[in-house]
Amino acid sequence: MAEHQEHADDHGQAFYVKIWAILLVLLILSILGPIVAPHAEFGFLKAWMITLMTAFGIAVVKAYLVAANFMHLNIEKRYISYLLATMLMLMLLFFAGVAPDVMKHEGQNWENVAAEAEVERALKAEGAAAAHGEHAGEHPSNEH
Amino acid sequence: MAEAGTADTHGADAHDAAHGHHAQSFLSKYIFSTDHKMIAMQYMFTGIVMALIGGYMSYAFRMQLAFPGESVPGYGVVSQGEYNSLVTNHGTIMIFWVAMPMLIAAFGNYLIPLMIGADDMVFPRINRLSYQIFLISAIILVVSFFVPGGGFGGAWTAYPPLSASAEYNLTPLGATFWLVAVALEFVAFLLGGINFITTLMNARAPGMKMHDIPMVLWMIVIASILFMASVGPLIAGAVMLFMDQVVGTGYFDPDRGGDPILWQHLFWFFGHPEVYVVLLPAMGIVAEIICTFARKKLFNYKLILYTAFATGIISFFVWAHHQFVAGIDPRMANVFTITTLIISVPIAEMLFLYIATLYGGSIRLTTPMLWALSFIAEFLIGGITGIFLGASGSDIYFHDTYFVLAHFHYTFFPIAIIGFFAGITYWFPKMFGRMMDEKLGKIHFWGTIIAFNFIFIPLFILGAAGQHRRIYNFQNFPDLAGMQDLRVIATSALLVMLVFQVIFLFNFAYSLFKGKPAGKNPWKANTLEWTADSPPPHGNWPELPNCYRGPYEYSVPGREDDYWPQDVPPDTAPAE
Amino acid sequence: MSITRPIATTRSATGIPTGKLAVWWVVGSEIVIFGGLLASYVMHRLGHPEWAEYASHTNTWFGGLNTFVLLTSSLFAVLAHYAAEHGDGKKAAKWLLGTCAGGLLFLGIKAVEWTGEIQHGYTITANGFWHFYYTAAGLHALHVIAGCIIMLIIANDARKGKELHRVELIGIYWHFVDIVWIFLFPLLYIAK
Ligand code: HEM
Ligand SMILES: [Cu+2]
Repeated sequence: MAEHQEHADDHGQAFYVKIWAILLVLLILSILGPIVAPHAEFGFLKAWMITLMTAFGIAVVKAYLVAANFMHLNIEKRYISYLLATMLMLMLLFFAGVAPDVMKHEGQNWENVAAEAEVERALKAEGAAAAHGEHAGEHPSNEH
Repeated sequence: MAEAGTADTHGADAHDAAHGHHAQSFLSKYIFSTDHKMIAMQYMFTGIVMALIGGYMSYAFRMQLAFPGESVPGYGVVSQGEYNSLVTNHGTIMIFWVAMPMLIAAFGNYLIPLMIGADDMVFPRINRLSYQIFLISAIILVVSFFVPGGGFGGAWTAYPPLSASAEYNLTPLGATFWLVAVALEFVAFLLGGINFITTLMNARAPGMKMHDIPMVLWMIVIASILFMASVGPLIAGAVMLFMDQVVGTGYFDPDRGGDPILWQHLFWFFGHPEVYVVLLPAMGIVAEIICTFARKKLFNYKLILYTAFATGIISFFVWAHHQFVAGIDPRMANVFTITTLIISVPIAEMLFLYIATLYGGSIRLTTPMLWALSFIAEFLIGGITGIFLGASGSDIYFHDTYFVLAHFHYTFFPIAIIGFFAGITYWFPKMFGRMMDEKLGKIHFWGTIIAFNFIFIPLFILGAAGQHRRIYNFQNFPDLAGMQDLRVIATSALLVMLVFQVIFLFNFAYSLFKGKPAGKNPWKANTLEWTADSPPPHGNWPELPNCYRGPYEYSVPGREDDYWPQDVPPDTAPAE
Repeated sequence: MSITRPIATTRSATGIPTGKLAVWWVVGSEIVIFGGLLASYVMHRLGHPEWAEYASHTNTWFGGLNTFVLLTSSLFAVLAHYAAEHGDGKKAAKWLLGTCAGGLLFLGIKAVEWTGEIQHGYTITANGFWHFYYTAAGLHALHVIAGCIIMLIIANDARKGKELHRVELIGIYWHFVDIVWIFLFPLLYIAK
């Protein structure tokens, strides 16, 4: 317990409040992101890139701040961070192994006809709904 | 922390005072105990009961295959739907309710505290909770057979859409019970696994360094880590499948934007590491036994340890070899073929290291040693046939034939059954304070092993001839109707094997009461559990031992005894 | 039945107290559970352009408000830890109650939000996006509920000055639940 006391001293309550304030600013930025993005486009920087950064870039920063300062990963033994990082890497591995089959709807000598049909059907339904000027979502496009 | 201090200084007395009155009621001693040894026994006996149920199921469906349509003595006529339920639940039970509880939970709970010189697991109550959840899951699974519609019959892999919709599987309740039981079992093993890992990491006896830990504990803990890291996506998948079954979502329904292949990935991302989750503890048990009965140091402890870690890591990269014909992209199939062939290297290497351990030893062919040696021999066949299946080209032919079935029985049987028998015959004296009968043990051994090979070698031949799995009656298929003789041989051998298990049960019960008293260390082994009384009392030792050396110091030159227990202080200082 | 702690519990060969070590492993195992679910979601989302329209009906303001609530409750949790470290069990208990109140407020907001959505026909069976929306947020909400219950038990002990080290443990878990939400928020609400 003694070792904790030491660390706690350089992390006074004010410090935690400061981190919290930063988190709130980041939250506001991430909400504003998609609203401001269309007006902030310039050059190669497209609106969707800005949204991506404000949404997920900021989420990563927020998660880091919470993990490092609230969960105290920054003063925890190193291998705990490695453990958690390994778990995250495994999820990347999972994504990399699965996405070629599930995210993609065609590949070498194969085609996922059902998925393609569903995408086409749904997009058409959305288009029709938009043309009618009504709120597409009011009647969820699924009749099964 | 004040409490902790007291416990440390007056370890022994504090303990006696606390547990002095523990011989109270039957309930608190046997049912709600938090003692790691009792929980291990609970897991073991539940596992044995489930193994008998699973064995009975295999009896029923094998009889159906050998004598299609005839009434099976002790079961009755097996209908098509029942056949599917029997096969499905046989597989599920043997993997999740036999291999896991016996190898990881029973031996893990029993051995971890004893082998690291601790008085219990670090979370005794979580340990008890883990068993209780496990027991509930087992009950749910058994009950699923008796609900309207019968037990789930969509194979232990539960591929959707068959598993997702009652319209297809015709077991609206059975499928959901099955899923809930499996999910609860996962929760039980997550809790248990955390306990194993933290106990090994934190509660080792003073002086026990990383490389002084007996191999079996490393293996159980690596297995727990693998389980924990791989089961997450399948738990998520189970939630999704549950939603599909109960709420009517379409996660795995292609017509609604879902994808059945996703389930296969979620399942096998767990499923392949899972085979190493059960393999590693069995390898660990074998390592302990080989060293004790060859009176030799484990050949290259560190290499075995690192190989086990490497195997664990690589096991995350091979899962899609179960899906070569599922419509995955051929380019991915190439990748997974290569990784699968790579993973057979470390496994082969471990077996070589075990054989090298035997070389030049003074081998005693006791019953546990026979089991351990047969593990190496039989598992080898399983591993080698895996290579046929790992190559995507040949797997297109072999997939879903009896060849695959024989392959994984040549891996799982050595793991779950041989591994268990090796472990129980080796540690029985410690667990119950009496020796098992050697003669009965050997009869049981030879009967089981010979019958086992007579069951599955015919199935290899049938599989290579193209006999498909999951068929209820081969007489309905002119191409497969021949070779009935082989099916009858396999089934007869199964009957023989089941009969031989009676010898084991008898030996077990007889030795429990009438066996010759074992004393503390009947095998003259080094590891710490052999320094406790047999059976160890609550708290294990009056004074917890210290550890001074590695676990495999057998036949050390210059010493009078051919073993050197871990807790014996060095004779004179400078040796280290 | 009273259970004295085994000596094993008091050992710490790694230098991390056993309870904390266990919580880290819990967090590790939870990462792969949520990771599997969210990875599945992301690959569907990217493979199905039509989901963008479905997703546009979520309400960013509700999501943002809930993020604010959870972040604040995380602050309370870390302040509880701070108090516990300084031996002030009463104060720690108060902060924990505050954290728990945050959790309940979160669930309340969620309930209002979901009621509205379900009334508009966006039920869990509506389409793939809404499957994931309810499942992921629901699984997260279950974690919030579990966290709240455990927190109340710990607060009750802490109030009497007992088991103060557990305040930190529940805090770690709570921050993890918070981090999951930090990712759910952009995934379900912002990406449109
Ligand atoms: C460690 C012990 C092993 C166990 C417990 C094991 C278990 C299994 C199981 C249960 C299956 C059946 C899947 C199904 O239901 O269709 C299987 C299939 C397979 N095994 Fe193993 N296996 C082991 C080792 C290996 C090794 C060493 C290899 C490769 C070098 C391998 C390669 C395969 C392949 C490729 C399949 C898929 C066959 C197919 O479904 O067509 N296995 N294994
Ligand atoms: Cu595999």
